[in-house]
Amino acid sequence: MIQEANSFTPSVAASSITGILWLIPAIPIVASGLIALLKQPRRRLAATLSIGSLGLSLLIAFAAFAHVIAGWSQGIAVRETVNFTWLQFGASNVDLGWVLDPLSAIMALMVCFVGLLIFIYSVGYMAHDENFTRFFCFLSLFAGGMLGVVISNSLLLLFMSWEIVGLTSYLLIGFWYHKPSAAAAAKKAFLTTRVGDVFFLLGIVWLFAQTGTLLFYNNGAGSLEASSLAALLTQHAAFGLTAATAIALLIFAGAAGKSGQLPLHVWLPDAMEGPTPVSALIHAATMVAAGVYLIARVYPLMSAGVPMLNGEMSGTTTALVVVTWVGAATAVFAALIAVAQNDIKRILAYSTVSQLGYMMAGLGLGGVAVGMFHLITHAFFKALLFMGAGSVIHGCHDEQDIRRMGGLKADMPVTFVTYSIGMLALSGFPIFFSGFWSKDGILEAAHNSAFIKGPFYLLVFGALLTAFYMTRQVSYVFFGYWRGHHPAHESPKVMTIPLAILAFFAMALGLIGTSAWPWFRAFLNGHAAPFDFHGFAEPGLLALMATSTIVVFLGIGFGWSLYGNKTPTAEEPDVLEKSVPWLWKPLHDRLYVDEFYGMTVIAFYYWWARVADWLDRRVWGGIVSGIAWLFGLWAQFNRLLDINGVDGGFDKACEEISTSGGLLARVQSGRVQSYLRILAVGMVALAAILIWSSRP
Amino acid sequence: MSIAFYPLAVLTLAGGLGAVLLKNTVHCALALSVAFAGLALLFLTLDAQFAGFAQILVYVGAVAILVVFAILLTKGSETPESGIFSHTWFVGLIIAAGVFAVLGWAVLQSVNALPNESAVPAITVHDIGNALVGRYVLPLEIVALLLTAATIGAVIVALHEKEGAK
Amino acid sequence: MTPLASYLLVAALLFAIGLAGALTRRNAILVLIGIELMLNAANLNLIAFWRYGPHPEALTGMMFAIFSIAVAAAEAAVGLGLVIAIYRSAHTTDLDQINRMKG
Repeated sequence: MIQEANSFTPSVAASSITGILWLIPAIPIVASGLIALLKQPRRRLAATLSIGSLGLSLLIAFAAFAHVIAGWSQGIAVRETVNFTWLQFGASNVDLGWVLDPLSAIMALMVCFVGLLIFIYSVGYMAHDENFTRFFCFLSLFAGGMLGVVISNSLLLLFMSWEIVGLTSYLLIGFWYHKPSAAAAAKKAFLTTRVGDVFFLLGIVWLFAQTGTLLFYNNGAGSLEASSLAALLTQHAAFGLTAATAIALLIFAGAAGKSGQLPLHVWLPDAMEGPTPVSALIHAATMVAAGVYLIARVYPLMSAGVPMLNGEMSGTTTALVVVTWVGAATAVFAALIAVAQNDIKRILAYSTVSQLGYMMAGLGLGGVAVGMFHLITHAFFKALLFMGAGSVIHGCHDEQDIRRMGGLKADMPVTFVTYSIGMLALSGFPIFFSGFWSKDGILEAAHNSAFIKGPFYLLVFGALLTAFYMTRQVSYVFFGYWRGHHPAHESPKVMTIPLAILAFFAMALGLIGTSAWPWFRAFLNGHAAPFDFHGFAEPGLLALMATSTIVVFLGIGFGWSLYGNKTPTAEEPDVLEKSVPWLWKPLHDRLYVDEFYGMTVIAFYYWWARVADWLDRRVWGGIVSGIAWLFGLWAQFNRLLDINGVDGGFDKACEEISTSGGLLARVQSGRVQSYLRILAVGMVALAAILIWSSRP
Repeated sequence: MSIAFYPLAVLTLAGGLGAVLLKNTVHCALALSVAFAGLALLFLTLDAQFAGFAQILVYVGAVAILVVFAILLTKGSETPESGIFSHTWFVGLIIAAGVFAVLGWAVLQSVNALPNESAVPAITVHDIGNALVGRYVLPLEIVALLLTAATIGAVIVALHEKEGAK
Repeated sequence: MTPLASYLLVAALLFAIGLAGALTRRNAILVLIGIELMLNAANLNLIAFWRYGPHPEALTGMMFAIFSIAVAAAEAAVGLGLVIAIYRSAHTTDLDQINRMKG
């Protein structure tokens, strides 16, 4: 890592807290194992184990965070690792380990905290479900896997935890597996992320082959440290790329799958088949953030070869360019589709895809801190929005279509207030909401980037769309009049209190990322962060803030004017559908990405499966049958040999013996006189011999 | 060797031939008795008086009678319809001739080696009696046992089983 | 020819006749008659050898012959008893027809 001006001194010696850092993922996994042994009716025990284990992990994560903060306040950039050898083959080792630095500390804290709130929320949400215990088992396993991703210092350990996370996502999306749509959605999620994971694995293997280690930081010998990066930059792969770029792109492919970037985003909306706490935890706050976190973690690799000037990058790499464009395209693509959806969770799902695109663009344009700040704030307000949606669904008796809701601001006040806070944060309403500051950070980086210009306009357009569709959704759900069948009711406290807590953070977190006090950026990058209003005096910053404010108000205003208090009934078409049906239809049909895949990839796969089946049945099966037929022939031959040869020979021999015995038996005529005769003959012969032999 | 040897030899042999050749079985038995008598007389010419008289007593007096009784009890006096000789009589004749040939040849071969004491043994019945209970007491007792067993055996074997009673 | 040799020849001839009778006649009793003739021929042999042998005062030949007579008598009795028993079960003394021991 190249020293920056006025950056902190790094510290690498492992403290005691780092020694027990492994407990953070281990405790929930152990709890998951214990819950797996419980019988279904033991709900309270399962929930206690699950929540208790995550609470313990939260305490340890908090202690680790405090340690890092303490170091930061003393001017030490903490990066402590604990590494150990897992496998040894020949001369090379495979090492695993974990790392405690600002990035992992803050991620662990966020995952534990948001996760804990969602676990508590689930107790209320899943109270009527008969598979309560199984739910908490999977939730704990997920928490353990996600925390494993966050603290790992080895790309291999990260990948293993990544797979656990993918597995639990599958299990939780398909939680209600007897619903065919849920089972199909789970399968789709797993397979789509698998496509990304294949490339990820290729990247891991290549990295190991080039640098000989998968550890990130290892006292200078890690794969993200200077010597390895230098080696990777000199190696050349295909298409004029360096090995560093190629590996970075492969790893990004894995991140793209997990974080739902274009074109691997198709699983996220379908994943809404899972219970709402699952959507909140996994598909808003944590698992989809794992991809973003991965890019942040391997950022030295992504930005390899570009020297830093005054804390800013002086150039950009191919990998980062790809990341930025994919992120920006995803942001706009998903936002467009979200405009035309009618399922409350689906809108939020596409919104998540869009915001993940923002995060990726932020990483590509502005570096780790910019992307990560949006990730943290998004985790809180997106979880808030999903849990609010869950509260709405619960209150509307499992109704999910927004056209059958309405007027809930009177019936569900707490949900309304917290949901609105989340919506404003997501839209980027200025000053008081964290989303404004985090999204602004990204827009600022996009605007100031000397190297990539296009994404800024895409991101601004995306912000407009975000404000618009969120306003549309809130209008449909909370304003207007009730269009459902049964009256709605507010949710129980166990569900609304976490909503309130998250709403508080959705607002408060903005404070740590303002330009006046860029604490978050300083914390992550390891330099001091004085509180200074002059931060606002950066050229173009105020103009940018004004621009984004105008965009947000435009979006909200446009949405309110169309939908305001005049949302149509369920049977009537949407306002936009009436006015611009040629625009509405493709957006409503999700821009036909799934259909495209169906025609190409899946069709090819089915064709290939048919070919393989034919091969298997005709060719290999034929060969096997042929061999079996040959064996049958051989068996027949043996049988004939046996019957005629062996048996026949034996029978013949026995007959001969029998015949000869019969012949010999004729000697026994039964008549005395013949016996006498034989005696006489014998005696004569004997006498003759005796006499003959005794002749003189 | 007295002159009586030749007629006695002829007598004996004639009796023997008759015993095997005659058609009527009773005639055969009688010819057998003649053969026995001839033999007894031959024993006398050989100065074995005791043996000669024992021969008459036992063979002529008992065995021949026994044979006659057996013939009568088995209706042997009836001539069988398929001839008195077995259908393989020729082989038997050949064999018998062969036996005679071998024995005759043995005798004639060793004529010069045979002993030829002509002193008459002075044997009295007294000596025979002494020998019987002296040197040959064991065979005597065994023969007594044998005769007892034979008697009992013959009786049992030939016993006419009563119908339905055992 | 020495006297002994002529006695021996007579005995041999008698023996052959007895054997011929035993081998050729159908009637079982005649087989026994043949056997008696053979035994007697053997007795003649014994007495002849005793008379013309080296130690006639030892009485060996004589004793042998006497015991032979006794045993022959016993044997004749048992044999004839057997013939009678066979006659009772087979109703014939024809040896050609008595072949229950046929193998």
